[in-house]
Amino acid sequence: MTRYIRHAAAFCALLLLALLVNATRIQLVQARSYDENPANRRHTIARYGQPRGDILVGGKPVTGSKDSGQQFRYERTYKNGPLYAPVTGFASQVYGTNLLEGAEDDILAGTDPLLSPLPLWNDLTRARNPGGHVVTTLDPAAQRAAYEGLGDRRGAVAALEPSTGRILALVSTPSYNPEELSGTDSAVAQAWTRLNQAADKPMLNRAVRQTYPPGSTFKVVTAAAALDAGVVEDVDEPTKSPDPYRLPGSSVRLTNEVEGCADASLRYAFAWSCNTVFAKLGVNVGVAGMRAAAAGFGFNERQLRVPFRVSPSTFDTRVDQAQLALSSIGQYNTRATPLQMAMVAGAVANNGSVRTPHLVERTTTDDGDTVSATGQRTLRQAMNPATAVQLRGLMTDVVERGTGKNAAIPGATVGGKSGTAQHGVHNSGTPYAWFISWAKADDAVEPGVAVAVVVEDAEADRGDISGGGDAAPIARDVMGAVLGR
Amino acid sequence: MLSPGTTAQADPPAPVVPLPRRRGIEFTLIVVAVLLSVYGYCDVGIARTGSVPPGAVGYGAGLGVLALLAHLAVRLRAPNADPLLLPIGVLLNGLGLVLIYRLDLETPDDPAAPTQLVWSTLGMGLFIAVVVLLRDHRVLQRYTYVSVVSALVLLVLPIFFPSVNGARIWVRVAGFSIQPGEFAKVLLAVFFAGYLAANRNALAYTGRRVWRLQLPTGRVLGPIVAIWLLSVGVLVLERDLGTSLLFFGLFVILLYVATGRTGWIAVGLLLAACGAVAVGWLEPHVHSRVEDWLHPFASIEAGLGPNQLAQSLFSFAAGGMLGTGLGLGHSVLIGFAAKSDFILATAGEELGLAGLSAIFLLYGLLVERGYRAGLALRDPFGRLLAVGLASIVALQVFVIAGGVTGLIPLTGMAMPFLAQGGSSVVTNWIIVALLMRLSDSARGRSGTAQAEEAGGSERAKGIEGIEGIQGAEGGVAP
Repeated sequence: MTRYIRHAAAFCALLLLALLVNATRIQLVQARSYDENPANRRHTIARYGQPRGDILVGGKPVTGSKDSGQQFRYERTYKNGPLYAPVTGFASQVYGTNLLEGAEDDILAGTDPLLSPLPLWNDLTRARNPGGHVVTTLDPAAQRAAYEGLGDRRGAVAALEPSTGRILALVSTPSYNPEELSGTDSAVAQAWTRLNQAADKPMLNRAVRQTYPPGSTFKVVTAAAALDAGVVEDVDEPTKSPDPYRLPGSSVRLTNEVEGCADASLRYAFAWSCNTVFAKLGVNVGVAGMRAAAAGFGFNERQLRVPFRVSPSTFDTRVDQAQLALSSIGQYNTRATPLQMAMVAGAVANNGSVRTPHLVERTTTDDGDTVSATGQRTLRQAMNPATAVQLRGLMTDVVERGTGKNAAIPGATVGGKSGTAQHGVHNSGTPYAWFISWAKADDAVEPGVAVAVVVEDAEADRGDISGGGDAAPIARDVMGAVLGR
Repeated sequence: MLSPGTTAQADPPAPVVPLPRRRGIEFTLIVVAVLLSVYGYCDVGIARTGSVPPGAVGYGAGLGVLALLAHLAVRLRAPNADPLLLPIGVLLNGLGLVLIYRLDLETPDDPAAPTQLVWSTLGMGLFIAVVVLLRDHRVLQRYTYVSVVSALVLLVLPIFFPSVNGARIWVRVAGFSIQPGEFAKVLLAVFFAGYLAANRNALAYTGRRVWRLQLPTGRVLGPIVAIWLLSVGVLVLERDLGTSLLFFGLFVILLYVATGRTGWIAVGLLLAACGAVAVGWLEPHVHSRVEDWLHPFASIEAGLGPNQLAQSLFSFAAGGMLGTGLGLGHSVLIGFAAKSDFILATAGEELGLAGLSAIFLLYGLLVERGYRAGLALRDPFGRLLAVGLASIVALQVFVIAGGVTGLIPLTGMAMPFLAQGGSSVVTNWIIVALLMRLSDSARGRSGTAQAEEAGGSERAKGIEGIEGIQGAEGGVAP
């Protein structure tokens, strides 16, 4: 019997060996493919297993983390959530991330290899780095001024520093509290549904993701094109433009809201926003010239990231002469984000060159060591420096004696341009009020801020809406906050 | 003529030097096992909350006192028993409690560790009872037929109770669930050993000879095949496929060891293959298990999320070589069976391949020690019982560990000592107790147990005589 017992024992040893070999196969040989299976929740659990790094505004975190004790352990918290939501976006266990939370996710979640002190070290130890921090370029005072200026109205504000492209304020109203989307309980799903179905779209980032017809604020672009192309050589010479202006190749007659536009000078037409003059200038510059000028400011740019994606602003280039005339006064298919219009104002302020707008000053490790810093990059030269000087004069006139008096700041030079954009079928929608401007403190070498404000107030009486009336005071408060006045 | 490795070398002449008893080694190993378990318990707490869990002292003291009591019982009543068996049991049981406690932290509404501790206490109590009360394993041979009747009753019992999670294997009494099939394992092993020990010559050498195959007479083979078919049939009805596989394997192994006929293995494997294919095709429950085994990620591809087996594989993979550390894995994703059938996944994830191999080797050592006792014993009943009990452990570990690691189709079974399940822990402690008794007899022969042998020498000679005959003919027949 002994022999057979030995055989049976050998059989059991064989079973044991099979188990060991198979365990090695799963745990070592095939482990990676199992780990990377998208249905394996361990990545997500690990990702929320440590507190996220913070997003800093003015040196102070506007985000936080709290331990929920759940499977997806750390939930995101926000200080002044609605104020900074158009910048931070949300970080949700269920719905993912967006805006800065999404664009800088690797840093914040601690997965960016740059956070490791030693390359490949984490591959060996399987450890995760603590989340890094994202230092924004925002000016908290400007952000708050913009948010409070918009108040209950729908609209957006984008402000930047013309010489660097640093974004100083990015506000969209109505806003929402991204903290509502943190966590996994049913309240999160309810908030998600409610926010997505709300008529006034609180989760839409109007400053960078919504394009509006820029209306008369686009006349800055048209003026730059006309001056650069030599169509206008002296801003005080008459422009030989009729009032009303019959759009070429059609019977449509374009009129003005103000008097004195017939044969007006560029300075007068700019200050009082004569549609006829700018429509004719656009046609005189031609499609190619207008397209080049618009592109110089950043229109039709599809790749812009700040670091999250910015919706492209458009200037339609397949147009006939009548459409070109309308496009040149910011109507027809011309559309722009508030950030784009802030870039237009910024280009004028910065001697004609457009700096790439950016929202992240630098990213740091948990300890504050810099991981990467955003360098200044010139996007492109939008106009000749001499043209920029002339346009600064025109824009200053608007604030000093034209439609933008509400934007004036004592102790500072302010240039601006108002706009009221028609939209909807037969222009039936409530018009959007625009104001774009820049400001230079009297004791400063160069303009410190450029801003674009759009107010889409559906409840106001149509006649009351105007860029100078509704949007200019907000622009003034934002610029005043940046300049400290 | 003697076949190699049988009686000639296994039957030493008059004992000269008593085997060392090694109770001191057992004591040391038990202390190590208890300390390891307490360390694991503290490690879970520190990993999860940053502090030693409040129950650590109580848990360590409880396990330690129980283990020491068991050790004292062994010193008193089985002083020559194998010194490894008890420490392995203590370590596996302690580790199981740690793993269950660790999973309890993820499911605070459904704590299982306290209940498991109660059952472990009961199991170790029964261990002590068996060691103290069962003075000689040969007594069990008298209860061969009582065993089989009890086993069948236990197997049939759950049919009258509602099914749980697709298997009708539980009996609920006063809030406690008992799995009678677990106890039936031991009883059936006693029956197989007793019956085969009594009839093995008849099985091996009587009956007609067809070509090269010597068939036993139906009168001898009939009853045992009937019992076996009955138990497997009942289990299939109850959908307890793991246990039916276990009984099948146990039957084939013991039949082979008793008769030495390789033909039995061939017939057994053939029958098993036919049965497996038939059941796998026809029975939907089994069919789905086979499908899961072949395509563990089918439910993911179908957009339904990972099933238990896929989650288990993810768990093992996440462990890698060294594991995530106790308390730091996510095996709870497996779902409701994480503490029972899939407990090994937690070990694999948090202790890694290193820890998992260690656990497998502990089982391997347990089985090997059982076989060693079987080899050293003289009486066929004892030998078969030792082999049977050790094989139960081996087969059970293989079936469930192979199932959760995707080696074979999954069948619900409890990992001995590790898994949540009162009946299982109690049964395994009884198995270890019986192995202790058997090894005590085996090792005691050479030294101190001479007094016992004096009475039983007649009988021993008779047994050896049979062994001699078998040896003589065994060279020709198989």
